[in-house]
Amino acid sequence: MVGREVQQVTPREAILGKIRTELGRAAGQHPAPLAAPALRIPLSDRNLYKDLFVQSFEKLGGKAIIARNTSYVLPALSTLLEGKRVVASNAPFLRSCGITDLPQVQSGFTDRELLREACAAADIGITSADYALAATGTFVMLASPREARLISLLPPTHIAVIPRSRMLASLDELLSILPKPAEQTSSMVLITGPSRTADIEQILVRGVHGPGEIHAVIVEES
Amino acid sequence: MTEVLERLGYQVDFPAAQTCCGQPAFNSGYTGDARRVARHFLDVFNTADYVVVPSGSCTSMITHHYEDIFQGDAKMLESAHRMAPRVWEFSRFLLEVAKAEDVGARFDGIVTYHDSCHALRELRIKQGPRRLLAKVQGLTLNEMEAAEECCGFGGTFSIKFPEVSGGMARTKIDSIVKTKAGTVVSIDSSCLMQLQGVIDRSGLPIRTMHLAEILASK
Amino acid sequence: MATIKETVADPRLQLAIYSATQRLIDHRAGAVGFKVFPEYQDLRTLAHDIKKHTIEHLDYYLEQLEANVVAHGGQVIFCEDAEQVTDFVLNLAKQRNARLIVKSKSMTTEEIHFNERLEHHQLEAVETDLGEYILQLAHQRPYHIVAPALHLTRYDVADIFTKSLGVKKEVVIEEQTKIARSVLRDKFLQADIGVTGANFLVADSGAVVVVENEGNARLSSSAPKIHIAVAGIEKLIPRAQDLAVFLNLLGRSATGQPLTVYTSFLSGPRREGEVDGPDEFYLILLDNGRTKLLADPDKRQSLYCIRCGACLNHCPVYRKIGGHNYPWVYSGPIGAIITPQFHGVSKDPWLPFASSLCGACAEVCPVKIEIPKLLLKLRAEVVEAKQREGAGGLERLAFRMFSWMMTHPRVYLMLACIGSALAPITPKIGPLRKWTSQRSLPPLASTSFHKWWAERSSK
Repeated sequence: MVGREVQQVTPREAILGKIRTELGRAAGQHPAPLAAPALRIPLSDRNLYKDLFVQSFEKLGGKAIIARNTSYVLPALSTLLEGKRVVASNAPFLRSCGITDLPQVQSGFTDRELLREACAAADIGITSADYALAATGTFVMLASPREARLISLLPPTHIAVIPRSRMLASLDELLSILPKPAEQTSSMVLITGPSRTADIEQILVRGVHGPGEIHAVIVEES
Repeated sequence: MTEVLERLGYQVDFPAAQTCCGQPAFNSGYTGDARRVARHFLDVFNTADYVVVPSGSCTSMITHHYEDIFQGDAKMLESAHRMAPRVWEFSRFLLEVAKAEDVGARFDGIVTYHDSCHALRELRIKQGPRRLLAKVQGLTLNEMEAAEECCGFGGTFSIKFPEVSGGMARTKIDSIVKTKAGTVVSIDSSCLMQLQGVIDRSGLPIRTMHLAEILASK
Repeated sequence: MATIKETVADPRLQLAIYSATQRLIDHRAGAVGFKVFPEYQDLRTLAHDIKKHTIEHLDYYLEQLEANVVAHGGQVIFCEDAEQVTDFVLNLAKQRNARLIVKSKSMTTEEIHFNERLEHHQLEAVETDLGEYILQLAHQRPYHIVAPALHLTRYDVADIFTKSLGVKKEVVIEEQTKIARSVLRDKFLQADIGVTGANFLVADSGAVVVVENEGNARLSSSAPKIHIAVAGIEKLIPRAQDLAVFLNLLGRSATGQPLTVYTSFLSGPRREGEVDGPDEFYLILLDNGRTKLLADPDKRQSLYCIRCGACLNHCPVYRKIGGHNYPWVYSGPIGAIITPQFHGVSKDPWLPFASSLCGACAEVCPVKIEIPKLLLKLRAEVVEAKQREGAGGLERLAFRMFSWMMTHPRVYLMLACIGSALAPITPKIGPLRKWTSQRSLPPLASTSFHKWWAERSSK
């Protein structure tokens, strides 16, 4: 056979081709318009978010602490941190609360391997959070040079210190102010309660792979 | 059913040529055979003002699924569309057409009500039969926990998967027994046949009755 | 493996399935009621509409997704089948000199026997979800989409751990969890590659969204230097903001949680200055038969599924026969409609018939898939396929007789009388024997309604 070219169809072309054939669509054909996203944000008083957050958070098994301002944070955490190995994130807010000045706290990591080792050995990881969602008791963590991922994940206890001003009503409000999280970060994680499983007999056990104990410190004025 | 309807002043006719709505064939994948039977149904009941059906399942077949089986047959589809609003499940007919909640019945004893699946989920019949039962003198309605759970009949399912079907009925009956009811009431005879069959096999002192039988009691 | 008959007759297994599914039913009920979640029904409709729109324009959104993943420094690999997935992963592992893969729960990788395929090439893939890990040790497949080890008790788990890990017998669930945590923690820290599934693919963001409770998906996607997400092409949603609809439904429908413990929204490798996170990100988009489900506008709905498992929990048939009696990894009502479409209706022709059509599944489906309607369609297809293959003649004859009888009222009446007369001997034949294996026969009325009516009218 002469001059016969073997045309290699890539899996990508094959799949998109099949889809278009089955749906009767042409390549590049734009979709019909889709209704605007439905975000339901309750018009409740922002002053209520803190109490609502505490209520939802404690229902999940978290422990909430209210600090009037940044100078109340250290005293509130002193017993919890005593004699523990602690890793803190690079969030400036933790510095302004004085957490990074404590002798048992390691912070300022820029190297992945060192961070990993420290987190794997730590008893407690302290972070801030970009937002907190009142309706569900959720921390919203955007990965950045200030917030590494493993600090809220590897140590058995996680403490998040959050200014009250970062409280939002719910997931819907979060998505209304962050319509495209990927533009801000490679990883946005919503943390709603301690790590848990019910895989054996549907019995709830806390602290499987992530922290089994979580605390929220809400700072009223910052 | 006839008795209750006549008590309410309706003239009841029972066309002798009637047979079946075609559901058994439709549910088993024999759409062609179901279509033949459905066509017969539409012929036989062509002139009735109201077709009152003592079964949620059959009602749903006619009002919901004739649409599917006559897809592509404009003439039959139209005929099915004309029929649908005239077809009424018995309890709904009493409440919404005859506007009768109290039909003057008396039945002494504890009963429990079984929500048959097609009545509940396709026709959205839930409170109606209970409202009718509440007006029956001497009757106590004890709700069972698993009122909305399937009895396990499912037409040919009961024959193709007898162990599963029987197991489903036994689960349901466990829930019935807990209510201390002597009678299980439903608006579908097929569920009742299934339940009675398993009840009898277990030797339990429970009987099944159609809602119409209860409402006809005096 | 236990057959349907054995499963139904095994009181221990029945109790395990019943109590676990009942807990899930109760949790869901407590989270979707009108008082606690008034928008639930509206969101179901919205979710259905968004999925319908996405699937109807699947090629467009896939290309949008791909462009956005690439823009964030990730790579997209389209795969038609299991082999292409394995080839890609093996190649990458070879290039990066990788030996160990940690995996978080993913039905899509179960579907293509990902672990077994890699094992043949000396690449170890460890499941890290507690339930999946137990099953991997026991060489079993998931019993349930959401609760994979739902059929096992703590005593089963104790035996499995002793046998596979050499630990002493431990029957306290908390302690069992600790054992798994410590074994798997080492794996996470040593792994070269982390593999996750995806609950959603977000087209406008080039992101994968993974929801979980344990933290193993977070670890799999952030501890190793390479993150590979494997997802079916149908997992798409157009916009990040649509997550407000889907996340509000998924956790509630699955386990009654308004949000699961961790929801990760991941778009590409770590960026400039981020201390941790993967250096490389790959998104594998798998067809594996999904495109076959697109042609029929009704059956296409099967691709809307968000794998919450609610239809399994509420299905009285699943609750009797359990997960392993279904022929494929997807069990319950959703399995009964997608398996025949992926594998062809002739492979397990009984499957669409294993339902009483009670409709409980459709009622709880968060994306409103009309499961009973699709079961009926598939039943008709099974019957047609049998006819083409020249099989199922007896049943076809029976229904032909049925429709003939039902359109000839005189014959119908006559046969009804003969039936009454034959009643005493019929329990021994055919379908009736199956009926009476479980139940008594109803006593036949001494006279038919037809006869009674005729006599009444003539008076």
